[in-house]
Amino acid sequence: MRQAAFIARHATDWERFEAWLDRREKRRKRDAQGAPPERDALPDGEVPQAYRHVCQHLALARDRQYSPELVDRLNQLALRGHHLLYGARARRSVARALEFFFVGFPRLVRAERRLVVAAACLFFGPLMLLIAVLQFYPDFVYYLIGPDALAHLQEMYDPSNERLGRRKADANVMMFGFYIWNNVKIGFQTFATGLSFGLGTVFFLIFNGVYIGAVAGHLTQAGFATPFWSFVSGHSAFELTAIAISGAAGLRLASALIAPGLASRKAALVAAGRPAVRLIYGAATMFLAAAFVEAFWSPLTFFAPFTKYLVGAVLWGLVIGYFLFMGRPRGA
Amino acid sequence: MWRRSAQARQSSVLRVLVGFVPLLMLDTARRIATPEGIELALRLAGPVPRACAWLVDLLIRFAILGALGLFLGALGGFGRGAFLLIWFFLEWLFPAWCEAEWGGATPGKRAFGLVVLHDDGTPVRWPAALARNLLRAFDFLPFGYGFGLAAMLMNRDFKRLGDLAAGTIVAYRDPKPSGFQIPQAPPLAPLVPLTLTEQRAILDFAERAPGLTEERAEELAAIPRGLVGNLDGRAATQRLIRIANYLVGRK
Repeated sequence: MRQAAFIARHATDWERFEAWLDRREKRRKRDAQGAPPERDALPDGEVPQAYRHVCQHLALARDRQYSPELVDRLNQLALRGHHLLYGARARRSVARALEFFFVGFPRLVRAERRLVVAAACLFFGPLMLLIAVLQFYPDFVYYLIGPDALAHLQEMYDPSNERLGRRKADANVMMFGFYIWNNVKIGFQTFATGLSFGLGTVFFLIFNGVYIGAVAGHLTQAGFATPFWSFVSGHSAFELTAIAISGAAGLRLASALIAPGLASRKAALVAAGRPAVRLIYGAATMFLAAAFVEAFWSPLTFFAPFTKYLVGAVLWGLVIGYFLFMGRPRGA
Repeated sequence: MWRRSAQARQSSVLRVLVGFVPLLMLDTARRIATPEGIELALRLAGPVPRACAWLVDLLIRFAILGALGLFLGALGGFGRGAFLLIWFFLEWLFPAWCEAEWGGATPGKRAFGLVVLHDDGTPVRWPAALARNLLRAFDFLPFGYGFGLAAMLMNRDFKRLGDLAAGTIVAYRDPKPSGFQIPQAPPLAPLVPLTLTEQRAILDFAERAPGLTEERAEELAAIPRGLVGNLDGRAATQRLIRIANYLVGRK
């Protein structure tokens, strides 16, 4: 069949399909009903068939070497149809988000427990070690943190402060913004640098472990133990766990690159990306919770240190219990 | 004897003509197979348009943060907190939101007619959009998107590492058809039988002719001597357009 006859025979079908695409794309944009359909408009039920016809016509037009203009036009129609038909998405809902936090996330963390434990060791190991070492060799801290920064830290945790963990002028909301901006960024960095075959993730885990351990060890040894520990006890459960989980997400990417198994490295990376991003969803939410506690609860001096330790212990218990027991099938 | 060699010469010249024509011979074009058994053509965006789009996004971000900074700076601690929060969202979540919910493109990409798609050509959704935007933290290293650029140059789909892990591509938005039509002319059968590729080259020339300068069209039309004979200039163009009218089956 010659091109002119081909166009004459099918042009109406293409125009109807195109009109449907136009209406549909407009409706998605405004999320309303769009313009009322005209009388001879394509009903939704016939769209898949019309789309398959366009696909067939595109294949024919290419095979018969019809003019590029026609092929391009059909290609565009098929592409737009493809976007609309295959891009249809499941509705997101509050129920699905809740399902993730009550079931999906703790299950995922348990499923990836080897990586989570590895990341936790890389992070908590240096942290504990530094705290212990600094009790016996206090001067060791000067290898890690400069004197100016130490003076600043001591000022933050001065027992005479009205609020802990900050200098006087800093407002709660400002610190909330800062904690989100800074801590979540650290989490994201720890995750993303997993692409360097894990080197970056390992570096950030150890680096943050060493830094936090050095601060904690130094302040404990230098006589600021009560203000420091009563400040950090509240949010530490969320924040430190979230760092370990971000690390696990980074290691997930790294393990796909180092040991892709039977898949190609690229395919393994794509497959690892999905659980890794879900881990990051969870970790980011925990960072958010930590920032909230850190900004609005941790600095209060109204409560006795004992109360704050108690709250911290309860929160640690909740976090650990959450990851151990949530989302298990009932009666198992 | 003369005829044979003329034919051979003509078809080799036509092959040169064909060279710049079909979209799918370009190596930035990518074909995706659909379940309907056809292949759709997408044109992938290289590092330069993507860097430009990124630059536009960066300037927009600076502008917003600059304006907010003036306003929120006056509000003291609360303002500074809100500023940092907004900075965080603009930097990490806003691009992902744009790509997942706002037609697959950040404002910068939109300005350059780019769109983010899954590998199979479907519109990108939240998980992939988030993955590729969070992994920018690594593509950015060691400075100025060094790793990202290196990765883009090392695979044929111009994917930075975030795209590789998320399974996404950046393509040009639907290539708009040129809108040129083959000019009407009385159809004329060619003197020699033409292969499909040759027919396609003639059609392509006739379709492009209205968009070319007259001199360039005449220059091109003079190449296939076997078809235009001794004709020159406008007459040769007209001859090819008439043959094209014959090929598409106009009466």
